[in-house]
Amino acid sequence: MPDATPGPTPDEESASFWHALREHRVELQRCVACGRYRFPPMPSCPWCASTSQAVVESAGEGTVYSWVTVHRAFDAAWADQVPYTIAVVELRERCRLLGRVETDPGGLEAGLEVAPRFVDHTDWTELRFAPREMT
Amino acid sequence: MSAAIVGVGYTELSKASGRSVLALAREACEAAVHDAGVALGDVDGILSFSLMHDSVPSQAVATALALPGLRVALDVDLGGQAPCHLVGLAAAAVETGRADAVLVFRAMNGRSGTRVGTMQFAGMGAQYRYPVGYDAYLMYVAMWARRFLLETGQGPEDLAAVAVTQRRYAEANARAYRRRPLTLDDYLAEAYVAEPFRASDCTVEVDGACAVLITSEARARDLAQRPVRVASAAYRAGPRSGLDIGDHLLWDDYTRNYTSLLADELFTRAGVERGDVDVAEIYDCFSSTVLFGLEGLGFCERGGSGAFVRSGATRLDGSLPTNTHGGLLAEGYLHGMNTVAEAVLQVQGRGGTRQAPRHEVAVVTSGALMDGSALVLTAG
Repeated sequence: MPDATPGPTPDEESASFWHALREHRVELQRCVACGRYRFPPMPSCPWCASTSQAVVESAGEGTVYSWVTVHRAFDAAWADQVPYTIAVVELRERCRLLGRVETDPGGLEAGLEVAPRFVDHTDWTELRFAPREMT
Repeated sequence: MSAAIVGVGYTELSKASGRSVLALAREACEAAVHDAGVALGDVDGILSFSLMHDSVPSQAVATALALPGLRVALDVDLGGQAPCHLVGLAAAAVETGRADAVLVFRAMNGRSGTRVGTMQFAGMGAQYRYPVGYDAYLMYVAMWARRFLLETGQGPEDLAAVAVTQRRYAEANARAYRRRPLTLDDYLAEAYVAEPFRASDCTVEVDGACAVLITSEARARDLAQRPVRVASAAYRAGPRSGLDIGDHLLWDDYTRNYTSLLADELFTRAGVERGDVDVAEIYDCFSSTVLFGLEGLGFCERGGSGAFVRSGATRLDGSLPTNTHGGLLAEGYLHGMNTVAEAVLQVQGRGGTRQAPRHEVAVVTSGALMDGSALVLTAG
């Protein structure tokens, strides 16, 4: 898919996450001290402050926590894509990611089970979600 | 010693000011100082806020006002969380003798120039938002509003009640940008911008500036206006408030914002009960944040804010007149500085045709999501 707008600018914390997406894998950080998974990637645990962490792979599956359907594009780049829906998804690992949801917004509800969809752009890979029965 | 707000100043709110942000800032600041009856040369502190360099620094305003110097100056990179927070810091500076007369201002060519609504905030969270079209602040507030409405059993009529009630206030406010009457049917006929928000759920961006002046309560007694005592100020960022201003992924509960975290402290330190509050000015970049604020501050039960507004409680003849200037939804988006200024005018009894009948105690908030600030203001 051609790039409508610039892709992400990875930083020292996130480079591994974006690299994994390129390989169609979802990577999370997990705190070695308290066991919690977290996103976005960061240098320490936002619950216990430990800097001991492991990088683990996730199935990227979870449920819709909330969503917003954009009807008016705020950047001309998205004008031909409205309406589109962005959801905050609570993964089974109990941390949240956000991304486009590929479904009719009328069918969305809190708790809807979703699975990842990887969309390759020229220079990066986007993580989307779709209802599990559609994948 | 305690501190008081003693003057307010505004520029015109317009679609295209045709003037520099510095010109707007100095006009509003000078107006606040004149309103108070203070000599310009007595001002020795200026605090302000901006996003992505959309305003001018305090030193520039001090220079433009030919001030002899500053003893307190602060330019913070914050949005709507800032106004009550900065007034609280100005009050603390006055109370501790660090300054005598402190201006707090917000100035922006927020419609003809850099628009906050479409601004891309720099920060570590930005890389996850902007490449997928999650690129406007209203989407983040809409994300919370959706979950809030679902969990609390509220709906479009509850958002509408906020917009319709506030528009009635704006009809009586010559300064307001949106003054055309709005009915429930008008509201429901509007197209969605970012569902669940329609256009009337969203603030109207404007060019303009607003400022308030803070000094000691002792000095305030001899000035031009009735002093408005800063009875308490509070700022709160809850746990895991994120990596930047738009990053809400680590926040646990999208149905409660900072108001629920600071409310008890705010009222306790002011020595005020909820029932004592005569007027509320609740930050409203979007309609939902009024519902969050009414519930978070404890003016109604969880899930009861929409019914509270629909009952007429927030109208001028209700139990808690709220956003009496029309709010940011209708007066215009001066980023909540005008929300503070309206509370001051109300407590002083200068609200004109939109004056609340009882106005000894006002509560003001600043901010929408993870972090924010608030004031209790009382008649001095």
